[in-house]
Amino acid sequence: MNEAGWIMLAGALAAGSCGIVGSFLLLRRLAMLGDAISHAVLPGIAMAFLLTSSRDPVPMLLGAGALGLVTAGLTDWLHRTGRVQQDAAIGVTFTWLFAIGVILISAFAGQVDLDQECVLYGEIAYVPLDHWLLADGRSMGPRAIWVMGGVFALNVVWVTVAWKELRLCAFDPELAASLGLPVVGMHVALMAATSLTTVAAFESVGAILVVAMLVGPAATAFLLTDRLARMVPLAVAVGAVASVLGYLLAHALDASIAGCMALAIGLLFALAALFSPRHGVVTRAWRQRRLVAESRGVMPPALQ
Amino acid sequence: MNETPLVAFAHLLTDANVRAVLLGSLLLGAGAGTIGTFALLRRQALLGDALAHATLPGVCLAFLATGSKHPLVLLTGASVTGWLGTRTVRAITQHTRIREDAALALVLSVFFGAGIVLLTRIQRTGAAAQAGLDKFLFGQAASLVQSDVWVLTGVTLALLAAVLVAFKEFQLLSFDEGFARALGWPVGVLEGLLATLITLTVTVGLQLVGVVLMAALLVTPGAAARFWTDRLPRMLLLAALFGAVSGVLGASVSLLAPRMPTGPWTVVAITTIFGISLLFAPRRGVVARAWRRRRLVARTTEENALASFWRFGEAEGDWRVPHPAGRLATTRGLSRLVAERTMRALRRQGWVEPEGDAWRLTPPGRTRAEQIVRLHRLWELYLAERLHLPADHVHEEAETMEHLLTPELAAQLEATLATPERDPHGRAIPAAEPGR
Repeated sequence: MNEAGWIMLAGALAAGSCGIVGSFLLLRRLAMLGDAISHAVLPGIAMAFLLTSSRDPVPMLLGAGALGLVTAGLTDWLHRTGRVQQDAAIGVTFTWLFAIGVILISAFAGQVDLDQECVLYGEIAYVPLDHWLLADGRSMGPRAIWVMGGVFALNVVWVTVAWKELRLCAFDPELAASLGLPVVGMHVALMAATSLTTVAAFESVGAILVVAMLVGPAATAFLLTDRLARMVPLAVAVGAVASVLGYLLAHALDASIAGCMALAIGLLFALAALFSPRHGVVTRAWRQRRLVAESRGVMPPALQ
Repeated sequence: MNETPLVAFAHLLTDANVRAVLLGSLLLGAGAGTIGTFALLRRQALLGDALAHATLPGVCLAFLATGSKHPLVLLTGASVTGWLGTRTVRAITQHTRIREDAALALVLSVFFGAGIVLLTRIQRTGAAAQAGLDKFLFGQAASLVQSDVWVLTGVTLALLAAVLVAFKEFQLLSFDEGFARALGWPVGVLEGLLATLITLTVTVGLQLVGVVLMAALLVTPGAAARFWTDRLPRMLLLAALFGAVSGVLGASVSLLAPRMPTGPWTVVAITTIFGISLLFAPRRGVVARAWRRRRLVARTTEENALASFWRFGEAEGDWRVPHPAGRLATTRGLSRLVAERTMRALRRQGWVEPEGDAWRLTPPGRTRAEQIVRLHRLWELYLAERLHLPADHVHEEAETMEHLLTPELAAQLEATLATPERDPHGRAIPAAEPGR
């Protein structure tokens, strides 16, 4: 496959993984959690780097994953035990962790080659360059494809297995709890999946694009259907379309691929918001006008 | 370099630029804390985060349009797209079924994505001049000069004036937007004004603390202040104070150790204040609430123990016989440890006295225990007679109520039940005045 193909595939896999967990985050009103996690992992990455003094991705991903869980857990604790409102709990937690990360990096900036940008702005354009090499030097193709493919498969499997529980927990946690479903367990699983997906994806495609991929395709799908069983695959599809569209846009404009993919996601969302068959702003206005027009002559004059 | 940090700091204060940095950080902290409190109460705590990211395309567009990197030019561009971002969030939540959190995340990422596209476009057109555009977004207070402080002062004063003038309006808008609308207030205009003020704060703050951490300056002071008070004016003052203190602390750190960035230290300072508030605020703090809960559990256990000892005496017709704590543990289903601890606590309060390994009610303890049993049985009788609950269902309810009934309620119960003598199980109800 050529470079463009790899980039689009990596984008589609990242968007697909994000779309799956993003759908549930959207329903739980936790859409900003992806943004929070993708920033809050900075101290984890910095610590991993300082401890191993290498840029080996494995310890970095472990550090980032640990901090992702800490963010989700701390946010949850602040909300439940500290009675801080949800959005404030997210805001306080991730800015604090990010600040600690920046301080760590500045404190050791003289000795290490690490800055916020290289950590936070993984660049999707480099996907085809970073190959997974076997011990005998053979290449297995771009590493990001394997990582994102693995995360995507994992998300598909666990969401399928836990589908019934996840669905009920997303819409009615109280009912789910009263039925004896493991509501807390499901929440923890969703948080773990969010951390894993966010960390894996931002290493491949960059932090900002991860936020867009977590919320955009899910929100677009949410406007197009009322059924969760359709919303999740639809979110995956929207994410894939946006990746291809974004790449083509970047090619045409000669601009950042990640930025263009985020733009494409915004574009698809705007289209759905305006023209979704049932929930679109324009379609609803048009339906209302037609209703008024039809009612003329049928309704008694007083009601017209 | 034998100076103590304090002396070093005093030396620094003689420098006009240093004073500018400190004053600027103080003003920004106070202003952001104040205006952020309204955003927090409107459940838009993360609006500042989305808005800060939404300024990037504005900065790039301003540069593309004018070719200038003058802060005022960039600030203007930043405000325009930042403000557009807030309007987009509002439009999405009002006209679609997407909710606030998702709308914020969408605006944040898509606007920032657009900014990155513009940034790369500027890069590719060959101008090395773009260097510094992104630095604009990461913030460094040490680079603050006198003229920046004038801008900050102006914005903060305007902001405080607006809050003072429109205090009543902002207050209602924060707590009950629907009611404000019903009163016929121009909710859209007010909301727009609030969004504009937040936008201004964020754009001037970006240079000091950067995109990501600007969110903290808006959210955290208000969230910390929330633990100390239920009243908005006090909350605003506290948030402003917390913001100002942490602004000065953050700036001081980076002045003393020039390698240290201002924004992160400011955020660490404000989050520390938040953490202290979260744990130790007198009424809403985690420790205070845990303590109250423990006290309640302990008091309930103690009252139950007294009632049990009184019932032991009732069964034997003699209250002077001592009983071991083990008997209490068996009756109440407590662990031995808890039963012993409870008895010791009751002894400290003078309700029981030890005799050998066992315990006996003191005369005041007997009176007190009698009152608890009395409330219990009165409530049982009330449930059975007036609410017609079966006699075997009333004990559990009375177990709870005996700890909650006030003497006034007990007197009313007694009057309603016409001075009853026996509970539904046929046992005597002790009199209000002991020693009948």
